Amino acid sequence: MSSYLIRRIVTGLVVLLVVSFLMFVIVSLSGDPLATLRANPNTSPATIAAARAQLHLDQPLLERYWTWLWGLLHGNFGTSTTGQPVGSQLWQRLLVTLKLIIPAVILSVALGVTLGVVSAIRQYKPVDHVSTGLAYLFFSTPVFVVGLLLKDFLAVDVNKAAGKTVLYTVGEATPGYSGTAWGGFTDAVQHSVLPVVTLTLITYATWSRYQRSAMLDVLNADYIRLARAKGLTPRRVLFVHGLRNALIPVITVVAIDFAGLIGGAVITEIVFSWEGMGKFLLDALTGTESPDVYVVQAWLLITAAAVVAFNIVADLIYALLDPRIRYA
Amino acid sequence: MPEPAPEARREMQAGLPLATLPGASQPASPAGPPPGGAMSLADAEGPGIQARSQLRMALERFVKHRIALIGLFLFVLLVLWSTVGPLFWKYGYTQVTNDNAAGPSAQHPFGTDLIGHDLFAQVMTAEATSVKTALVVALIATALGTLVGATAGYYGKWVDMALMRVTDLFLAVPLLAVLLVVANKLSKQAGSWFWIAIILAAVLWTPLARLVRGAFLSLREREFVEAERAIGASDARIIGRHMIPNAIGPITVNATLTVALALLIEAALSFLGLGIQPPEVSLGLLVNTGQDAASTLPWLFYFPAGFLVLTVLSVNFIGDGLRDALDPTQRGSR
Repeated sequence: MSSYLIRRIVTGLVVLLVVSFLMFVIVSLSGDPLATLRANPNTSPATIAAARAQLHLDQPLLERYWTWLWGLLHGNFGTSTTGQPVGSQLWQRLLVTLKLIIPAVILSVALGVTLGVVSAIRQYKPVDHVSTGLAYLFFSTPVFVVGLLLKDFLAVDVNKAAGKTVLYTVGEATPGYSGTAWGGFTDAVQHSVLPVVTLTLITYATWSRYQRSAMLDVLNADYIRLARAKGLTPRRVLFVHGLRNALIPVITVVAIDFAGLIGGAVITEIVFSWEGMGKFLLDALTGTESPDVYVVQAWLLITAAAVVAFNIVADLIYALLDPRIRYA
Repeated sequence: MPEPAPEARREMQAGLPLATLPGASQPASPAGPPPGGAMSLADAEGPGIQARSQLRMALERFVKHRIALIGLFLFVLLVLWSTVGPLFWKYGYTQVTNDNAAGPSAQHPFGTDLIGHDLFAQVMTAEATSVKTALVVALIATALGTLVGATAGYYGKWVDMALMRVTDLFLAVPLLAVLLVVANKLSKQAGSWFWIAIILAAVLWTPLARLVRGAFLSLREREFVEAERAIGASDARIIGRHMIPNAIGPITVNATLTVALALLIEAALSFLGLGIQPPEVSLGLLVNTGQDAASTLPWLFYFPAGFLVLTVLSVNFIGDGLRDALDPTQRGSR
């Protein structure tokens, strides 16, 4: 088991290294980060030279990568084009994104598992048809359509009906909020409701389908028939013998999708103007200071490391929940 | 999975084992009578029974799938409307009319925007662009994925090793970052729907390559491939005429899902302003421009967004029906 784990981690690190090198080259070659600075006639050559030195642009590409990697090993993520250290921004951004995706994933799991199980138990009954229809609707709807509907229509109506701002549509908290801790918490919740609901609706749909088909597979298995034949209560058959086994494939899907969301919630972040990981990448690649190679590299490390790590975690959970699986 | 009897008979005639994926076109002798021992079996059926082809049976299964039929009908309708419609509609999609910011009316069924563009004309053209882009993505991604997967699975050994490492690399590099880099570059220069299609295809072919490779690894050990090799058929003939038809089920299903995925990704890119560029229009782009006036001119948001959802939904329905008809082993994971 531990040798398997070590092998997986080493392979993961090698993949990370190769991918980081490829991204570094692609992004570095995609444009000149100092173009805006150069375009300004008031910039002195000395300023440009200083910026070049700070971004290591005076070094050849390979050496630049090596400098970055060496810095990284010493906990230094480099400097962004605007001159700020990337490291401190990164954690701030990651925190914002986690505030969005952790509640969304918890809600999605609850919703997806419940609807999936109910759909499977009542297969081809009205409740199954409704749940299936909704799932199809939500995974056929672009995230930004859901987000804009909630933001431009629902939020406006709710706020009008309440006579004050109940649901905020911009940002993750009121800027410069200074009040009680409880007030700060309510403020954050009011800002989070719409983005979290948006992400939940898009995410739960796929999971509920997985849960439904896993539950159907399990319910048709021989051991469920045996459990019923032994005269166990339906509730016990369903939850102890059925659901426990049907959860195994779903948990692995959730683990892998969760990792994907860290970098993949970009559209939700844009719609609701959250300064998270997605916005971080978008600005670094398409903003005026782009391409901001050190920001992209930092983003890549976090998201790719999360994907690699959660893939391993998914496999471990699988082995833990299903003792028939052994990794050698 | 209980096999229907006629299907089993047909497969035995063709000299194929039972588990062959349905939907394959005829292997071995396409025109001539089934060879050898299978002949007597076919005779034993008696004169009244018509053997049905696998394609026919897949078609029958698809037709029984009501939702899939609705999806297909809807999709054909949308395509017809968006391709033929502009020829007859009184306004062009770039034409500025005298009514600006007008709500839906008989004159402008979907209303007009702030400048005075007729939204009906715009949505129609946008629908055509979006569908066109998605279909080209699916076509290229499917061709590329099948080619790479088939080559890797058929030749095995170092060819497989090399091709699969390349595929893994494509899977490991974050799609989003690459899309942003390339789309940002290209949209500034060309801005054409075709380039967007190429970029999307370049990142969406990998899952199919793995799928086809997997199917080929098991197919190449099968008797009918061995038989073809024994009679001296070329590699290209074995792959093209015998193995790909046997993997056509998962390939088709995957292609359909790619269309849906491409529609969603293109819309997202256009929404970010990195996809299709004006004066061209796509549904994502229209939603993006429509959101600014969402509270005052809601029709600018509702119509493009509605058509976008409808299109993706119809493609997903078709995909669902195709999966049931062609690829019974993968039923219902979505």
